Amino acid sequence: MDKKIPVAIIGPGNIGLDLMKKIIKRSKNMELALMVGNEGSKHLHVAEEAGIPTTNQGIDELIKHKDIKIVFDATLASAHMVHAPKLKEAGMIAIDLTPAAVGPYVCPPVNLQEYKNEPNLNLITCGGQATIPIVYALSTVCNVEYAEIVACIARESAGPGTRDSIDEFTITTARALREVGRAKKSKAIILLNPSKPPIMMSNTIYCLVDDPDEEKITKAVNDMVARVQEYVPGYRLKIPPTIDGNKVTTMIEIEGAGDHLPKYSGNLDIETSAALAVGEGIAEALLKEGGAN
Amino acid sequence: MKKINIVDLTLRDGSHAMSHQFTAQQMADLAAQIDTIGVDYIEFGHGNGVGGSSIQYGFGAATDEEYMKAVNPVVHNAKLCVITLPGIGTRYDLKMAVENGVSVARFATQMSECDIARQHIGMAKEMGLTPWAVLPLAKFLSVEETVFYAQQSEKLGAEVIYLLDGGGSALPEEVYERVFEVCKRVDVPIGFHAHNNMQLAVANSLAAVDAGCTYIDACLKGFGAGAGNCPIEPFVLALERKGYKTNVDLYKAMDVGDKYLKPIMPRPQELTSDQIMLGYGVYSSFLLFARRAGEKYGVDPRDIIKTIGLRGCTEGQEQICIEVAYELAQKKKALENA
Repeated sequence: MDKKIPVAIIGPGNIGLDLMKKIIKRSKNMELALMVGNEGSKHLHVAEEAGIPTTNQGIDELIKHKDIKIVFDATLASAHMVHAPKLKEAGMIAIDLTPAAVGPYVCPPVNLQEYKNEPNLNLITCGGQATIPIVYALSTVCNVEYAEIVACIARESAGPGTRDSIDEFTITTARALREVGRAKKSKAIILLNPSKPPIMMSNTIYCLVDDPDEEKITKAVNDMVARVQEYVPGYRLKIPPTIDGNKVTTMIEIEGAGDHLPKYSGNLDIETSAALAVGEGIAEALLKEGGAN
Repeated sequence: MKKINIVDLTLRDGSHAMSHQFTAQQMADLAAQIDTIGVDYIEFGHGNGVGGSSIQYGFGAATDEEYMKAVNPVVHNAKLCVITLPGIGTRYDLKMAVENGVSVARFATQMSECDIARQHIGMAKEMGLTPWAVLPLAKFLSVEETVFYAQQSEKLGAEVIYLLDGGGSALPEEVYERVFEVCKRVDVPIGFHAHNNMQLAVANSLAAVDAGCTYIDACLKGFGAGAGNCPIEPFVLALERKGYKTNVDLYKAMDVGDKYLKPIMPRPQELTSDQIMLGYGVYSSFLLFARRAGEKYGVDPRDIIKTIGLRGCTEGQEQICIEVAYELAQKKKALENA
């Protein structure tokens, strides 16, 4: 029963290192067997110091490690486009934290079960992980004609990856609100906040719905918040669903676990927490099939 | 005689004052008239820019595309401008703008976050739009920091860089020293965008011009968010007296304002108490949201605005009005129960 699935992370940046610490601290089914960087990686030593085997020889070295079953890609969309076919050929399952969207969009409490056998899963965006569960919860009790989300992020927790691909954030999040959140129409807005001290990640979710039933909506949202809290303990309702005609407004705040990144970086924490949850689910399935051999 | 370019915002910042309810026809009729007064650029569309029509900012009476299709054919002299925030407007919006005769795309970001416009500036250039950067004068940023971010925007490829006083809270000397230093150390032309919440829009715009700025945002009758923007009519008169040149015909500007704009203004551009509170450094577009949230949660909109000002909140975060109103109402309840 002590068997664990060997996994690897590509990209020892903020996201990769935060995920590393989560796997080391919390994973029941996964064992981090390799941290993969390239010759330009500045923080690979952090993994080494944590006792994790490392390589600076990139994807080509990684795929030689035949024992590795699951690979988390915490690099850039352009890099994942190169990694994806190689991982697939090597028979490794890719969990993609970039906006490349090679595989289907996954939000753990909504659709992980459907995609457990996919070779490549995409984690949408931090704003998507934060808000889709709420939109989906509403969609289970009413028709969501339109969902609009506003994600506010502290400037300190938006790195170059976010800043240089802000348009992908808006477009991908909006698309996933429809495809995963089941809203008919959607819009996503991201705002960086330079306030000091840095704000916690805050998300406003507006939905236009048919015949809102306050009791059913409140229950559905509360149940969903509890499910997200199972893998993101700092996920909480800041303003409970408030109904105004056919408009339902909900606000969510996310305090990060503070594993590698500061606590205000709830936006990054929900991405790495979702990655951990997806990895755990897949590793558990692999263990059941005896895939750890 | 130095020429000052006037960017008319009556149909964009004015859209805030209309709660974004200009019809496409109204916008086209006004655009055709404004085009005769000699402004160099006309910015139009939803108050929060392209992509702004939303629950967060209010839905527009028309879509971005409907506004563009209505305005493009009737404007022949001025160049057409749109504004957007990276993170709200997308590449699809820019493409639509190009296809509808828009020549300038202005990208507003928090000043300290100006690098998030990198992608949009690049896309705009590729599509044949001239990108400008619009940087809010954050009241916490020093002159040196302002210069730093203006230089960063220049490196990103912005062809005109604006300093924007969205809360109308700047004083003329603060405007002067910032514009002066930026003009000295940045090669592209500098612009200034004022709000009139402390009745300083004309004074601040003049200070900006004296400091070296050559692009000024202004509206007929000052019609814009909060207490409005720099009013074209007195500003042009003041420029003339100071010896600066514009292409604006003052009589025509007055006549278009009286005859075409005044009849559709929902309220006169008067000074109200909550507008003055915006002088705490709160975006003018928050005003109507603070009033509505105050009514819903039973709290004084002045308290909402002041709280937001003290928190140092930023452009685009209109949802904060709900958040602050909710918190103030909870506090009030706790006090009553204590």
